[in-house]
Amino acid sequence: MGNTQSRRLLSGNEAVAHAALAAHIDLGIGYPGTPSTEILENFSDLGGNARWSPNEKVALEVAVGVAYAKGRAMATMKHVGLNVAADPLFTAAYTGVQGALVVIVADDPGMASSQNEQDSRRYAIAAGIPMLEPSDSQEAFDLLFDAVKLSERWQIPVLYRLSTRICHSKTVVELGGSLERKNEIHFDRDIRSRVMVPAYARPAHKRLRQKLKEIQAWAETSDLVRISKNGQDLGVISSGISAAHAKEAAPHASQLHLKITFPLPLEKMRDFCHSVDRCMVVEEGDPVVEEGCLIAGIPVEKKSEVYRFGELDVGRVKSMLSGEPSKEKSGPPGKPPQLCPGCPHRTAFSILHDQECIVTGDIGCYTLGVMQPFEAIDTCVCMGASIGVGLGLRHVLPDEQARKVVSVIGDSTFVHSGLTGLVEMVYNRPKTGHLVMILDNSTTAMTGLQEHPATGRTLDHQATHKLNLEDVTRAIGIDKVAVLDPHKDKKLFEETVISFLQSEELCVIIARRPCLLAAKKIKVYEAQVQCPNDETKGN
Amino acid sequence: MDQVYNIVFAGLGGQGVIKASDILAEAAFLSGFDVKKAEVHGMSQRGGSVTSDVRLGQIVMSPMVPPQGADILVVLEPSQTETASPRLKPEGLVLNCSVIDAKSLPNAKTLNVAMLGLLSNYLPILDAEWHQAIRNSLPENLHDMNFRAFSIGKNTHL
Repeated sequence: MGNTQSRRLLSGNEAVAHAALAAHIDLGIGYPGTPSTEILENFSDLGGNARWSPNEKVALEVAVGVAYAKGRAMATMKHVGLNVAADPLFTAAYTGVQGALVVIVADDPGMASSQNEQDSRRYAIAAGIPMLEPSDSQEAFDLLFDAVKLSERWQIPVLYRLSTRICHSKTVVELGGSLERKNEIHFDRDIRSRVMVPAYARPAHKRLRQKLKEIQAWAETSDLVRISKNGQDLGVISSGISAAHAKEAAPHASQLHLKITFPLPLEKMRDFCHSVDRCMVVEEGDPVVEEGCLIAGIPVEKKSEVYRFGELDVGRVKSMLSGEPSKEKSGPPGKPPQLCPGCPHRTAFSILHDQECIVTGDIGCYTLGVMQPFEAIDTCVCMGASIGVGLGLRHVLPDEQARKVVSVIGDSTFVHSGLTGLVEMVYNRPKTGHLVMILDNSTTAMTGLQEHPATGRTLDHQATHKLNLEDVTRAIGIDKVAVLDPHKDKKLFEETVISFLQSEELCVIIARRPCLLAAKKIKVYEAQVQCPNDETKGN
Repeated sequence: MDQVYNIVFAGLGGQGVIKASDILAEAAFLSGFDVKKAEVHGMSQRGGSVTSDVRLGQIVMSPMVPPQGADILVVLEPSQTETASPRLKPEGLVLNCSVIDAKSLPNAKTLNVAMLGLLSNYLPILDAEWHQAIRNSLPENLHDMNFRAFSIGKNTHL
C-alpha cells in the first residue's frame, strides 16, 4: 500500500502478523476479540496458517500441542479471552514446551469495547509466565522474535501483552530479519514433563521457578531494558504504550523502558531509581510494576488511585508525574453506538421489551439491545453467561417473575461457551422451564464479521463442516426447538415467544437471519463453495 | 522538538472518519514525516461517535493527540463539533463539513475526501502525495471520483 518493501505504516496487529510470518510461526490460532482480532486475519492474508477456534481455551490447547511437537505456535485473544484460556495456561507453564508458544493477549484499558479493564500482567505473575510488551508497531514486530527465542531457549510459554493503542495505532515500521527454524517437527515422548499428575507436577513446579530465576537474571543485562539517562531530577519507569506517553510528557526525565514486565529486572530498576532524585512508574491499569518495586524495596513514588481507571494519555501522565492531585475531567459524551437500522436483532428486542421479559444478555452486537428504545437487556457478564445467569434467576424467583426470564445469546457466543449452559439447563431443570433465544446472524458481527464453526467456513472463508445449531440443541435434550426468521414473520415470532414462555418447558428459539453487513459477503463465499473451479468453466 | 501537527477527525460510524485519517497518515508517510495514528474500533462502528487522531512531524512519540492538543479538528458531522471541540488547542482551527457544498460532490460518500482537500491547504503535504495516498487507500474505480472531491474541498474557502 504505497509503502516501500520494508518500510511501512502498520498497526500493531499488522506488525505482529508480519513478524509471525518472518518468525516461521507454524500455526496462529485464537478467538476474535477487540482489539486483537486483526492479528490472525492479517497473518492469514500474508499466507500464514491462521485459524479461528470455538473459544480461547481450545485455541490455546491446540497451540500447546503444536509447541509440544517442537513447532512454533501463536495463540491470540483479548484480555477476557485469557480468563477462558487460563486453565491450560497455568499448567502449560509447568509442562513447558519443546517448540515455541507465544500467547498474545490484548488488554483494553478504558474499555473501548469490553466488559472490564482487567490487567493481564497479573496473569504473568500468577501463572509464572514471562511477559513481553511492545510500545509501538516497530517493537510489536521486533519483540515477537525475542518472544519466540525466549520460549525456545527456556522451553516456556511466553505472554505477549498488547493494548488497544498498540493494536490499533499505526506507526512506521522497518520490516526486516527472520528467525529460521531450529527444530524439526517431531514428537519425543517425555511423560514426566508433560503428564501433570501430582508426582510429576511437583518437580515441574520447581523447574518452572528455576527457569523464571534464570530468565530474571538474563533480563537484567538483556536489551529488553533500555535506559536513557537524562536529567537527575526525575526518573520514569514505563512499558508498553505508557512508554510512548512518558517520553513525550517528560522529555527531560531519565527513562527506563521495560520491554519485559515479568519477571522484572529488579536490580537494574533499583540502580536506576537510586540514580535519580525521584522515580515513578508510569503504567496503565493496576500499579503492577510499582507494587513489584515496592515489594523489592525500590523506593518509587506511589501513584494516585485515579490512574488505575481508564487509558493514559500525555496529559494524564504529566499530572501523574507532577504528583499533584489530578484534574480528571471527562468531556461531553459522544453519540453511543446502536443496533444498525434494519438489524434482525431489533425485532427480537422489541418483542422482549413488549413482553416485559427479564432478559439475561451476553457478549456481542446484541448487547446493544440495552440501548433505547429497547432497554431489553437486564444482565451482561461474560461470554456464555446469559444461560447460567438466566437459570439461576429461574431457580429462585417467584414463579410469576421466573416465567418472564429469557436468555439471549449470539451464534458465535453460543458456540464459544453457550453449549455447556444448555447442558446445565437440561441437567438441572428449573420448574418453570426456560427460554433461550439464539440470535443467529450467521457471523461474529461485533468484532468485524469473523467466521465460526456454525458458519461452516474457516478463518479464510473456505468451506468446512458446519455445526448445525438446531441439531446440537435437540441432541442435548431441549424440549422445543424453533428456527425462525424474525424479519420475515414478526407475528409468528412473537406468538412463538409467548407460547414457549407459557409452556414451562425447556425451549430454544433460533432467530436466524444474516447480519446486514455480512449478507453480501456470505453470498460471495457460498457462491465460491458451490463452484470452486470456476476457471475450468466457460468458453 | 520540531513541530508536530496534531489533527483530530470526528464524525459518526460509517462516514469514513477512519478512512480519511488513513489517507492523511499515508500521505504524511509518503512525504517522509514520522507519523502516528490512533483510533478506537469496535463499538463505535455501530453509528456512534468516532474520532481518529493523526500526528505528523520529524519525531512523534505518543500516537494520541494530547488533551487540548489538536491544531486542526476536522468535523464530518456537525453534531459532533461540540463533542470533539474540547480536543482543540485554544488557537486551533475547526474545519467543519458544512462549508462544503454537498450538492457539488460526485457522491455523498466522498465528503471525507473533500474534507481532506480542505485540510490540505493547511498542511505541508504536496498534492502528488495526497493523490498517491488516495490511490493506495481506495479501489481503483473510486479514484477519479475522489480526486474530484479532493479538488472541490481544496478550492473551498472558509
